[in-house]
Order: sequence, then C-alpha cells, then structure tokens
Amino acid sequence: MKSVISKNIMLHYPKEHTEKPIISNLIKRYDLTVNISRARIGQDEEGIMVIEVSGKKQNLDAGLNYLKEIGVTFKPVSMVVLMVDEKCTHCSACTVICPSDALTIEDRNTMMVSFIQDKCIACGLCIPACPYHAMEMHE
Amino acid sequence: MAKTIREINDKIKNNKAVVFTAEEIIPFIKQKGYKKAAEEVDVVTTGTFSPMCSSGAFLNVGHPSPRMRMQKAWLNGVAAYGGFAACDIYIGATQIPDEDPANKIYPGSFEYGGGHIIEDLIAGKDVFLRATSYGTDCYPRKELETYIDLKDLNQAYLVNPRNAYQNYNVAVNLSSGVIYTYLGVLQPNMGNVNFSCAGQLSPLLNDPYYKTIGIGTRIFLGGGIGYVIWEGTQHNPTAVRSENGVPSEGAGTLSVIGDMKKMSTRYIKGVSMLGYGASLAVGIGMPIPIVDEEMIEFVSVRDEDIYAPVVDYSSAYPKRESKIVAKVNYRDLRSGTVKILGENVQAASISSYPVAREIAETLKTWIQNGTFTLTEKVASIPGVESGQTFKPLEIRPERG
Repeated sequence: MKSVISKNIMLHYPKEHTEKPIISNLIKRYDLTVNISRARIGQDEEGIMVIEVSGKKQNLDAGLNYLKEIGVTFKPVSMVVLMVDEKCTHCSACTVICPSDALTIEDRNTMMVSFIQDKCIACGLCIPACPYHAMEMHE
Repeated sequence: MAKTIREINDKIKNNKAVVFTAEEIIPFIKQKGYKKAAEEVDVVTTGTFSPMCSSGAFLNVGHPSPRMRMQKAWLNGVAAYGGFAACDIYIGATQIPDEDPANKIYPGSFEYGGGHIIEDLIAGKDVFLRATSYGTDCYPRKELETYIDLKDLNQAYLVNPRNAYQNYNVAVNLSSGVIYTYLGVLQPNMGNVNFSCAGQLSPLLNDPYYKTIGIGTRIFLGGGIGYVIWEGTQHNPTAVRSENGVPSEGAGTLSVIGDMKKMSTRYIKGVSMLGYGASLAVGIGMPIPIVDEEMIEFVSVRDEDIYAPVVDYSSAYPKRESKIVAKVNYRDLRSGTVKILGENVQAASISSYPVAREIAETLKTWIQNGTFTLTEKVASIPGVESGQTFKPLEIRPERG
C-alpha cells in the first residue's frame, strides 16, 4: 500500500481564478485531502491560500501539476517572515494587512506592534505594506 | 499668574523647570485643576512622527575643479533640483529615481526615493552625485560624477514647507476593490480605517490657536534642533473647530528648518508607500510654555476631545468632494476598532504613537537638563482672525 504524503503550500491565485472551484477539483479529481489553514481571497482580486494537501504521491503530483497548468502558482511554506526590530517604527500600518493577526498591538497603552511568529502564515503581505521595510522573508 | 518665557528659561538654566509631556499633563491637570497646574508647570512637551511628504533638504556640495554650476543633478539616480547658484541642490522627499517603474507594475513598491537619500546621508553613507550642465566661462565643467557624504558637505539642512499638520483626514475605502494611498493600503468595503496623527501628543493640537508656536520657535527636529520658519503651505486657521477650539480637520501647518548634521536616523526615515510613492518620516517635538492658565487648558486636550473627518479615498478624496463619511475621535481610533456607519472597523495608524511619545520624552529630558531653552516667537503665524482659508485650484484654460 502506498503511503499518504502531505505538503504545506501557499497558493497564489491570480484574480481571474478566484471564482473557480480549484480546491473542489483537487479533492474530486485527484482524491486529495485539503485542509485550508488560512485564506484571503476576494472577488476579482488576487488572493492567497495556505493549505495542507495530502494523498498518494502520484495523486499529489498530478494535483500540483493541475495547479501549475491553470496558472495558480504555489510555494512550500518553508519561508519565514521576520521583523527587523530596528526598522519598525510601531506605526501599525501592517496590523490591518496581516490576515492572521500575527502583527497586532497587544497593549493599547504602549501602542507597540508585536509580531507573533506562531500566528504568521508567511503570506508576505506585510512586506510591501510596511513603509519602513521592517518585514523580511527568509528561507 | 502669568509667567514670561524669560522666567521659564531662568528656571531651565537652573535645572528647576517643571516639565511634563502632553500625555503626562492630562492626569496632573485632572488632579490639580487648571489654576494650580498653571502655577506649578513650566513647559509641556509634544511629539509627532509620521510621513511628512512636503519635506526636503538643501545641500551645498562644494566647488569641484574645474568649477561647475549644476543644471541637472541626481543623487543615487533620484533627481535633485539645481536651479540655484552653483553647488546648491535641493532633494525632495517624494522624488523617485528616473527609471523607477512607479505604478506601471501596480501597485508600485517605491523602494527608494528622496526621503531615503536624506536618511542615507544622515546615516553617514556615501551617496552618488551625477550632474550635468551647459558650461560657461566661469563654470566650464559640463559633467560631474562623484560620491558625497554628509560630513563633507558645507551645509545640509532640511527645509520642509509643510509639516506637523494640526489634524488630518481619516481614510476609508468604500469601493469594492483594494486601493493604495498615502494613508496606506485600504481594504475594500471599509475593511480598515487608517489615520495619521499623534492626537493628544501632537504639537499644534496642544496650541490650537498658535499662541506660543510661531516663527522662530525652537523645536526638536529629526533628533536635532530646528526652528519654525513660517506658516506651512496649506495652512488653514479657519478650518472647522470643535467647541474646545481644536480643529476637527486638517487646519494649521508649519514650515520648519534644521541641521541634518545633528539629526538621527531614528527620527528621520525614508518611507515607501505601496502603490503611492516615496516619502520621508519626520520626528518633530515642540515645547509649549505654560505662560498662563489658558495654555494649561489647551494642553489638557485628550484623544477623546479631538475629532477627525472620515473620508472615502476611493471617490470623495480623489474627486475633491468635500463630503465626509463620519467624524471619529482619536481615543476610538487608537483603541484599534472604531464604529463607522454602524460597523466596527479595524483602525491602523500611519504615524507612530510610540515614537511620538519618545520624542516628547526626549525633549522633556533636554529641557530638564538645561540643554534646550525656549524661544519667544518672532512673529505669529496667521490665526483665526486672519480669515485665511485653504483655496482649491480652479482650472482655467483661458487668461483671466
């Protein structure tokens, strides 16, 4: 019996794909299990989705190939986002961009922005949104 | 009991001045009352740290041999203005490199611009100067390529035509698509609300009628010493004011000057606003002398007393329509969630409250140490009585 393998990947949806049943196709056509951990997708906008996708290797390869063919790019979630403390001015512009509340003001007295690594899904939205280049993506 | 600036300065020089920040003074006044607080307190310090696009720097680079009067100049590929006497250039905060794709690839990232050059110079980094000219008998050089750094410049000073906006718009996006503005990324359907003001810590909100702040006022600018040199561009003293005298929209602005050689990159930072452009974040702190009871009343202003207009940046703002969505106060904005049109909206600040607080604290320390004394203003900037307004540009293709 072939063993089930799983991958954590982040999908990047071009805006023309946001209304297509891509996840449904992965499940039905390729017999894969998809666990959506984070998503930020709107009508007619680019979107991102972080999923854990698992199944038999040949099905997984075929499913990922399907994504490539239709133009949904993806990358493994092995990237890590870091905050460069000396560059952060604690303005809070990032806090309304972060889809997973990893960037937040925990104490409204100090008004300091905290970066909670455990909540970060490495989507990278904060990187261009930070006016001071304080957020970086690393391998 | 009124005090004079001279009396306050005597106390500062003897390390006896009583100084509070604009935050600390609020509970103190509540405890003591206006009269007693006005007697006991000498100075209240304010602070703000935010992108202030109307900023830039004059640089005198010295004369090369042979001499040159620079007609066109670029610093790290960013155009500077050279329409002055030889060797003087002005680099503006929002200028971007000539080859920057800007918003051709939308939204543009605007990684580098005039503001970053100012920050790099203050950081002591080498900056590449390229200049061209037509050549004259007295200034024969037509091309110049050289590195420059701050220490070798004869003069380098910020001259910012419009800083320290008294109050400011609060931005939302009522459209169904994301927009990119100078107030940050605005999510569709009022997904977030962005603001940029230090509220109760902000300099001109603590002196709403410009009684003590005026031309010649010595200030904290970018970590060094600066001065108010004029009213700022778009200065609008007749803006709508609440009953407490505090403007509930843009209102006053200041033009300031200061020596870059004394500044710090902690308080002067290049800014990249996604889809909008480059800018410069400027740290400003101003001392408010408590010369009488009226001034202590002014500095008692709290975030909840200061209202700002919520403006739709997807339509009303770009079309220059004056309609507003709502008015909200800074206590609610700073809480992180504010109710607008019956909906709870997540709020974010483009200005930094922690750095504004740090600036007010630093200025307080300077005054307590006796290293920063107050100035009497040389002249006032226009107040309410001037009737001065902020006029729009009415486009007229024909001569009048």
